[in-house]
Amino acid sequence: METALTVHRLQFAFTITYHYLFPQLTMGLALLIVIMKALALRKNDEFYHRSARFWAKIFAINFAMGVVTGIPMEFQFGTNWARFSTFAGGIIGQTLAMEGVFAFFLESSFLGLFLFGEKRLGPRGHFLAALMVFIGSWLSGYFIIVTNAWMQHPVGYEIDAQGRVHLVDFWAFLLNPWAFWQYWHTMLGAVVTSSFVVAAVGAFYKLTGRNEIYADRFLRLGLMTAALASVLVAFPTGDMQGKNVARYQPVTLAAMEGLFETKEGAELILIGQPDMENLRIDNPIHIPKLLSFLTYHRWEAEVKGLDAFPREDWPDNIPLLYYAYHIMVGLGTIFIAVTALGLFLWWRKSLSHSRWYLWILMLSFPFPYIANTAGWLTAELGRQPWLVYGLLRTAEGASPEVSGGNALFTLIGFMGIYAALSLLFVFLVMREVMHGPDPVQQAAIPKDRS
Amino acid sequence: METFWYIALTFMLIMYVILDGFDLGAGIIHFWAGKDEHERRIVLNAIGPYWDGNEVWLVAAGGTLYFAFPKLYASSFSGFYLPLILVLWVLILRALGIEFRHHLRHPMWKMFWDRTFSVGSLLLVIFLGAALGNIIRGVPLNEEGYFFVPLWTNFSPGEQPGVLDWFTLLFVAVAVSTLMVHGANFLAFKTAGELQHRAARIAGRAWWAMTASSVLALVAVNYVRPDFWLNLGERPAGLFFLILSIAAWWAMAFFNRKGEHFRAFLSSSAFIAGMGATTAWAHYPIMLYATTDPGRHLTIYNAASSAYGLKIGLMWWIPGMLLACGYFAFLFYVFRGKITSVPEDSGY
Ligand code: HDD
Ligand code: HEM
Ligand code: HEM
Repeated sequence: METALTVHRLQFAFTITYHYLFPQLTMGLALLIVIMKALALRKNDEFYHRSARFWAKIFAINFAMGVVTGIPMEFQFGTNWARFSTFAGGIIGQTLAMEGVFAFFLESSFLGLFLFGEKRLGPRGHFLAALMVFIGSWLSGYFIIVTNAWMQHPVGYEIDAQGRVHLVDFWAFLLNPWAFWQYWHTMLGAVVTSSFVVAAVGAFYKLTGRNEIYADRFLRLGLMTAALASVLVAFPTGDMQGKNVARYQPVTLAAMEGLFETKEGAELILIGQPDMENLRIDNPIHIPKLLSFLTYHRWEAEVKGLDAFPREDWPDNIPLLYYAYHIMVGLGTIFIAVTALGLFLWWRKSLSHSRWYLWILMLSFPFPYIANTAGWLTAELGRQPWLVYGLLRTAEGASPEVSGGNALFTLIGFMGIYAALSLLFVFLVMREVMHGPDPVQQAAIPKDRS
Repeated sequence: METFWYIALTFMLIMYVILDGFDLGAGIIHFWAGKDEHERRIVLNAIGPYWDGNEVWLVAAGGTLYFAFPKLYASSFSGFYLPLILVLWVLILRALGIEFRHHLRHPMWKMFWDRTFSVGSLLLVIFLGAALGNIIRGVPLNEEGYFFVPLWTNFSPGEQPGVLDWFTLLFVAVAVSTLMVHGANFLAFKTAGELQHRAARIAGRAWWAMTASSVLALVAVNYVRPDFWLNLGERPAGLFFLILSIAAWWAMAFFNRKGEHFRAFLSSSAFIAGMGATTAWAHYPIMLYATTDPGRHLTIYNAASSAYGLKIGLMWWIPGMLLACGYFAFLFYVFRGKITSVPEDSGY
């Protein structure tokens, strides 16, 4: 059973991490496409129309990947986590079903219209279709975050005689205090990813001297949204997320921060390696008292360390949790610095000839993906050893009748298929990027794709 | 309240089979109907704007099942572990077949994705049929309400059945032939010229296969699940659905011969709806039939979630469904009309 459990966890972790690579771009890009369409209508600028059409192609490839990797996620609640589904399906099923009924129908119908119907809908109708796709994808994000937030911080439930949870307060569930900050933090994380991608394509065009008209537009739009979102992702949303963790999952906070002992005036560790044998951080570089201040706004506040909790409630992979958290926060700080520098160069009017900076921008687009993934690793590892925090242990959630061998077979299968998908995806996206938006001379009239 | 959700689920699943059914069916006959690259592109453009939305009915039905009957979701999904994961893989490949073929112009690339799409569609329909067969036949539930079936055992529906046995294979035949007719009707209605003729001819031929396999399946049910027909006898109102299916069955052939393809398409939709509703009616209130011990059936009562949750669900499900039907009506309206030609560098 132990090995079956490990395989179930690995399979879920692998497939969800892979799935999340796509929605983070979709959700952010949907917003940017709406902005491009709005600019196009506003300034009556054909280049923005064409930019939107170009990004819509990349969006479509990415969306297809998001859909095909998302369906396995929904299935796996039943196939791999049957006990968990029996236990909590009545509650988290609500939001999963709502996501399907409200968000996915909206998104998929209007994406069809957006991709195929530009001519039939006219410019305003087409803008509306883009807006609906955006709303659909952000709604979808909300429902899934509420689902996750309930697992992090269960509310509005009661437990019946057979030990299953039931909903007793729908609005408490839907407006879970945990979900609010988590939602905005996650959405802004998605905007960071997509704006870095847009800016990176702009930088690439600039550096290779092609599609100059578009390069400037992508650079400026990408940089501006990236700067804004990078700040917002750290403050207030990341900060408030941290406060929620401190309030509702103090043991997780201690593990994330690598705080082994309860302390007044606890220090914030910037770098250092958790040492699980001696239960301390090796070679730390830290700022005294900052952790107390950040969590409670008092320099002398007491922060509970891991020693304040029974060992069976500690997250089971503390080093990974600690590193994941520090990678996310570290990258977040770097994003703020990089985008601030870009804005400064723009203000000095030297953005387009600072080649060294364009190189940095072009190569930086993978890092938001890493930050997002590290963030989820933090959230999910931090929740351990609970599947539903305080209610159901992860070990009690897996399917009773599925053997480790079967699960291993499917895990390997997923890895194989996803490896092939990745090659295909990169190939197709690179092709679109190389091809670029419609060159200026041809295609003065919008093309209908139907 | 449980009964409402049973009906709601039946409705969503029928919608799924009717809607995704036409693009799956079109996929199966893709090579038969579309003789060259251009015609195959027309086939894909006929289903292009819809297929993703159609598949959402599956996702939404899954979500609704999960929330209304969590125990059933848990038991059946883990019990059919291997076939379901295979379904996922096929879903992935098929979707990419539609979405990615138009990105490169090379004939080999297109051929590859056309084949993937077509084979993927066929495999999915085989799984759908097998799923229906398994639900009617029943599965070996244990005391806790879980089970695990291998892909096959000795091909007979006994105590320890596999996913595939002669009984479920019969349902596979029903599913494949029915959706072939359905898909062909859709294409005949959406296209013109040679392609339309060919689609109509396929619909006419597959109709015979559908008739034969359906009759056989209905007879076989008598042996494997004798209580199935008994239920229908006890609640004879359900016969209405059976009569509807028979009428639709006849109408399909009639309209097909008269060349009224839209009506033929409506008839095959009605046929699917009628057969689905009959099955659901006869099965009620059992959702998963236990071959091991009648005390272990999963029914709408012991699999449902709490009364409060089910009641709250109405609040969003009903408006949500109305909205979804509205989007579909709008989508079909915007893309109304026949698809006759597709320029080289656009669409699929
Ligand atoms: C571009 C992405 C990105 C960036 C730059 C940051 N985050 Fe983040 N973070 C996420 C993307 C993310 C995420 C992927 O969206 C997570 C994972 C789960 C969640 O709700 O959001 C997350 C979770 C998450 C959590 C919750 C962990 C848990 O639930 O146990 C905290 C406390 C923070 N973040 C705090 C921060 C702070 C203080 C940042 C300062 C720079 C920061 N994040 C930058
Ligand atoms: C918002 C919806 C999500 C839900 C409902 C969810 C739910 C779950 C469940 C049920 C498990 C398996 C049980 C366990 O091991 O605790 C799990 C584990 C995991 N999830 Fe999530 N998850 C969500 C989002 C994500 C995302 C977006 C990522 C990554 C990008 C992620 C990363 C992981 C990882 C890495 C694990 C493995 C943790 C471990 O088993 O050690 N999750 N999650
Ligand atoms: C275990 C958790 C998850 C499940 C069960 C899940 C389920 C799904 C499903 C079934 C689809 C396909 C929808 C369609 O057919 O159109 C999908 C796509 C999508 N998912 Fe997930 N998902 C999970 C995690 C997440 C997370 C964490 C996010 C973002 C916060 C997210 C955002 C999206 C979005 C925006 C789409 C639309 C397709 C795309 O944008 O690529 N999902 N998901």
